[in-house]
Amino acid sequence: MSENSINHFEQCIKCTVCTAYCPVLGVNPAFPGPKQAGPDGERLRLKDKFYYDPSLKYCLNCKRCEVSCPSGVKIADIIQSARRRFNDDTPDLRDRVLANTDFMGKMARPFAPLVNKVVSLRPVKKVMDVMMDIEQERTFPKYRSKGFDAIFRSDFAPYQNRFPRHVAFFRGCSTEFQHPETGIAFVRLMNAVGIGVRLLDEKCCGVALMANGLWHHAEKNARHNVKVFSEAVAGGLPVVAVSSTCAFTMRDEYPGVLEVDNASVRESITLAEKFLFEQVDSGRVKLVFRKDYASRIAYHIPCHMEKLGWSIFTKELLQMAPSISLKVLDSNCCGMAGTYGFKKENYPYSQAIGRPLFEQIKSLSPDVVCCECETCKWQIEASTGYTVLNPVVILAEALDIEATCAANGGFVKA
Amino acid sequence: MRFDTVLIGGGLSSLVCGILLQREGKKCLMISAGQNALHFSSGAFGLLGCMPDGTPVDAPFEAFSALAPSHPYRKIGRTLCESYADAAVPFFASCGIPLQGFGRRNGFRLTASGSFKRAWLAFQDVPFFSSDDALDGKRALIVTLDGFLDFYPEMLSDGLRRRGVESRCVSVHLSCLDALRGGPGEMRSVGIARILNRETNWKQFGREVRALLDGEDLVIVPEVFGLEDRIVNEWIAEMIPAQVLYVGTMPPSVSGIRVQRLLKNAFIQAGGTFLMGDTACDPEWAPDGTVRCIHTANLGAPGIEADSFVYAGGHLFGRGIESHPDGFSDPVFGLDVVCDADRASWVERGFFQAQPYMGYGIGTDERFRGLKDGRTVENLYVAGAQLAGCNSLQEGSGAGVAVMSAMHIAADILKRTENVGE
Repeated sequence: MSENSINHFEQCIKCTVCTAYCPVLGVNPAFPGPKQAGPDGERLRLKDKFYYDPSLKYCLNCKRCEVSCPSGVKIADIIQSARRRFNDDTPDLRDRVLANTDFMGKMARPFAPLVNKVVSLRPVKKVMDVMMDIEQERTFPKYRSKGFDAIFRSDFAPYQNRFPRHVAFFRGCSTEFQHPETGIAFVRLMNAVGIGVRLLDEKCCGVALMANGLWHHAEKNARHNVKVFSEAVAGGLPVVAVSSTCAFTMRDEYPGVLEVDNASVRESITLAEKFLFEQVDSGRVKLVFRKDYASRIAYHIPCHMEKLGWSIFTKELLQMAPSISLKVLDSNCCGMAGTYGFKKENYPYSQAIGRPLFEQIKSLSPDVVCCECETCKWQIEASTGYTVLNPVVILAEALDIEATCAANGGFVKA
Repeated sequence: MRFDTVLIGGGLSSLVCGILLQREGKKCLMISAGQNALHFSSGAFGLLGCMPDGTPVDAPFEAFSALAPSHPYRKIGRTLCESYADAAVPFFASCGIPLQGFGRRNGFRLTASGSFKRAWLAFQDVPFFSSDDALDGKRALIVTLDGFLDFYPEMLSDGLRRRGVESRCVSVHLSCLDALRGGPGEMRSVGIARILNRETNWKQFGREVRALLDGEDLVIVPEVFGLEDRIVNEWIAEMIPAQVLYVGTMPPSVSGIRVQRLLKNAFIQAGGTFLMGDTACDPEWAPDGTVRCIHTANLGAPGIEADSFVYAGGHLFGRGIESHPDGFSDPVFGLDVVCDADRASWVERGFFQAQPYMGYGIGTDERFRGLKDGRTVENLYVAGAQLAGCNSLQEGSGAGVAVMSAMHIAADILKRTENVGE
């Protein structure tokens, strides 16, 4: 039976393995668990939508059930798709605010210092908690006055034409609005190995829209992105992202949950670590690392990175640096799951899910934690106090840029 | 990407082979499409519980000579099997998994239906005896948990009664399980074990059982403890003034999951790379008929090259072999599957009879190298449940074949690279 069949849930043989790996099931008894919410529930829902259970909203969509399933059932896809098809609740203001990462970013940017200040004030947090059910213990990531796009245009765009080949960079909302340094590190890395960077006319990948029930909007973004990617791919450019969740969503959730066909571009959507590793592995690119860069790094593999199966690329790349000592953390969800952990009703579960991870990090006491997902970063930084960096940032720091440029015919503006 | 050995499958056989190779300095990659049969473990490893015709076996190694020449044990040979068996206990102990056994003889494991089944080695927390009369004449208290549907005290009690073991069944109400019991989800062994892992909770259980005890010699409880560390099982046993026996529940198997995690950790600690939730596909062949490289669903275009490949993809459930209306096939390499051509002879009508299809698997040469169109693929080994020549369900030989074939293959790969080195 095809894995895209509507009756794909019938591949489930009720072995219960997924229930042993669901991070929510361990902390929130109101969640029926992947087996029951997914394939078991689906056969009932197909009969009558009356059987749709609103507690499906507790699913983090971490995909750990799918990674563990011996029968190849797309359990979390079944759950998310059921939410899309059967949940009639209109998203409230809170969900809209959390979901529209790009719109909120654009609105906040002109007033960034003020917005950052205001939303971090205790009384304001309290009001948001009471009025909007946004957990007051959470701190919003800071918006930047100058976004990545503007920085790129002024500092990097002018000389990108001098490179013989290029990649299309999907920067994602967090690089654009909160962490432009990740994008800058990416451009420096690419330029150092002799590859130019082009920006895309991208829209938010849609992951937060999907999580908050704004399905129509997510689908519109997906269609837009697939169209933009097709143009890039037709021009021979791979689409490279720096956020594992963006890459995962655009590759797998577009067809699996949103039913947006991305077959023509899917293989070209990649992550910086995978792209760079393949370049090195095939001998097209050579990395030269600094001798004086020493760091003890704890690598947290985000759930969607586990699902993509690409952590091997990050590990291999980081281990190329002679003075990085790398410890891969146990495979655990951090509990944030994008906007999930910001919601007041989820906050205690979010922290309970992440606890084993936080404890392991604290016991290791690394120089820095590394992961490819920005919301894992927010969660780990807030819950452990350790700095979390995207691997791209670490690689750009660990690299001897001058020597790498020389080895690859690259160029990086000082 | 290049490795010394790529192992396909993430179950018992693959892990044992991978750990042995990686510890000898071979760079190994393991590709596992979902979790494996250890999640349904009984808590014991079978070697040969009975002959293919159903005759019970007490001394398995002595019985090997009566097996068909195509049986994996016959391919290894009794002497080597015995040396692998001797190596098995220290090997698992080195991975943090102490095992109990009775040397060259089978022991008896108490099952959830109150019967005794022959097995070779058992996890430390499993009731395992040198004979099936070990509990005769004793009195037992069988304890379950309110709302838990994957453990049947009355059935266990009934089975024990036939052996002359009198028992009393009780159910304990633990308030720490109220949320789980009242929730919309299923009350499964692992969910309970997560909660009972906390000290206050397992202590509450220990106290309740101690209070219910009325002079019984034995306390039999479902195995819903020790998901993280089996030390919890020992602490509970210390609290209760009787012999405490943990009996397996319906899946998932708490002790099996723990053992799987320990083996996986041992592989990673030795330096191995583990790809979870990925599927091997599209092998590329060298002109001499050996495997040059393999691809995976997640990693995409770059091929993974290796000197040798170990294929331990499991049986029908693990999708290591697949059935079609007109036959069986190997989904990854297209190796030869040994099976009956006539569909009518795949199954026996009686549900509890030995099912012929359970004995189908991939054909290999004497060194467990796979056959493709009748010819040996020189660098592709087949291990564990995927092997033809044994009906492991009927024989109670699943773990034994997995461990023996894995050790044999690891030895062969190491010997082969030594020879190349010379």
